[in-house]
Amino acid sequence: MEYLKLIGILIIVIGFALKWDTTAVVVIAAVATALCSGMSIPELLTTLGQSFVTNRPVSLFFLTLPMIGLVESHGLKEVAVNAIQKLKKLTPSRILNLYLGIRELGGIFGISLSGQVQFVRPLITPMVTAAAEAKRALSPKDIDLIKGRAAAVDNFGNFFAQNLFVASGGVLLIAQTMDQLKHPVTPTEVVLNSIPVAVVTLVIVVVYNSWFDRRFNAKEDRA
Amino acid sequence: MIDTLLLALYALIGAVMAIAGIESLRDRTNPARFGTGLFWLFLAVIFAFGTLIPYAVVGGMIVLIGVLALFKQIRLGTLPLVDPKRALAGAQRLGGWVFAPSVVLAAVSIAIAQFTSLGGQVGIGIGALVSLLMAIALTKAPVKLVYTDTQRMVRSVGAAGILPQLLATLGAVFTAAGVGELTAKVIAGVFPAGSHLGGVILYCVAMALFTAIMGNAFAAFAVITAAVGIPFVVAQGGNPAIVAAIGMTAGYCGTLLTPMAANFNTLPVALLEMDDPMGVIKQQAPIAGLMLLVQIALMYFLAF
Repeated sequence: MEYLKLIGILIIVIGFALKWDTTAVVVIAAVATALCSGMSIPELLTTLGQSFVTNRPVSLFFLTLPMIGLVESHGLKEVAVNAIQKLKKLTPSRILNLYLGIRELGGIFGISLSGQVQFVRPLITPMVTAAAEAKRALSPKDIDLIKGRAAAVDNFGNFFAQNLFVASGGVLLIAQTMDQLKHPVTPTEVVLNSIPVAVVTLVIVVVYNSWFDRRFNAKEDRA
Repeated sequence: MIDTLLLALYALIGAVMAIAGIESLRDRTNPARFGTGLFWLFLAVIFAFGTLIPYAVVGGMIVLIGVLALFKQIRLGTLPLVDPKRALAGAQRLGGWVFAPSVVLAAVSIAIAQFTSLGGQVGIGIGALVSLLMAIALTKAPVKLVYTDTQRMVRSVGAAGILPQLLATLGAVFTAAGVGELTAKVIAGVFPAGSHLGGVILYCVAMALFTAIMGNAFAAFAVITAAVGIPFVVAQGGNPAIVAAIGMTAGYCGTLLTPMAANFNTLPVALLEMDDPMGVIKQQAPIAGLMLLVQIALMYFLAF
């Protein structure tokens, strides 16, 4: 049965969807695929081991962790928070857009902060809420929308700019996977070709956030 | 020359992972400290001595890592905390300079990739070392603190940090088993290859859809690029770098739409105490849809 080899895809899809341990799912999928394609156990172990060793470049980003740890324990987050707090008296959209810009800029230099925990909750959401409240009284639904939007902006900036950094896990994975598939591309090429999407995201989300402001202005006019 | 430098860099990664392994073993608060320590020490050995030991032994270690993960024996444990006083003092003293090592890392990596024959991978390694030295000089941190911050960072990345490499490995196993050709044959029965636009739409939508189902774009990329991206887009003449880069971000549109991506879409709901459990996804849905269309257009016009 030739189609048995596709069992690996099935295991990955089901395992991830059911939230089984990701490491275990990937290893099991690899083992099952190898067995179902007719490899013996020694062949399987050799293929697995050789592929893993060949793919060591994907994990080069581990080398950047000591530096990141060091600047983090010496105030990386605090400096960023200070800079954002200086931006008082802004409209909701300006705060969101500035945060988006900071997040994309961070992406270029591989500064991946855990944005939701370190910025959205303690800083961005309260600032946007305060800016919107300065325009009109907010209903609980308004506040829920602001929270959702602030979290969404963090994800937009994080996702679409993270491949601008040459040593990011995503870029190295793309380069290495394409290499395995016999269509080699370099990490630098991946970064260059990720620029259009990052720029378009910036433009679209800035417009999207500007519309968000109207929500608070328009109701004020009606009131 | 490049290979020798890379071997040295892998040995350094091995050392960093050994540090994480030793500190995981010493963490008595972690009920799975032996499993976690073993996980890092296996990786340390593979990175430091990968080509010197038989591949079958490495394969055995990978299987054991899978078994440890399956039985929940790889856990975070208790990490050393960042000292808030030091962070505050550092922020006051360094100001914007605290970002300098990160800028240097990106600049040095790109410069070496572009202007020397050493290549991007060596560039990242040298960039990491130069930026670390700069960070040490800026912060005047003693060796002990460098060690503590290293083990804190590596352990906090945890098993998730090795996932990209494991997925790339899975991709290689798929290739060895001929999975890509088979799926291409299956899909070609329903969807004939040949149309550029059709192939691009199929690949981008499949990336977004599978990412939404699995909650992980990296996993979808390894599978869908082999099954759809290569036969339906690259083999039709699409530029591989453009197709791959945009294919991954097309997958992120799926991440924006799915409660499966708990870290991004569910965690904020809890963190921000939101009433609507789908509140984050609702804010993301219009952009996700629009960006998917944009990326289909970009891939079609740029890759061909």
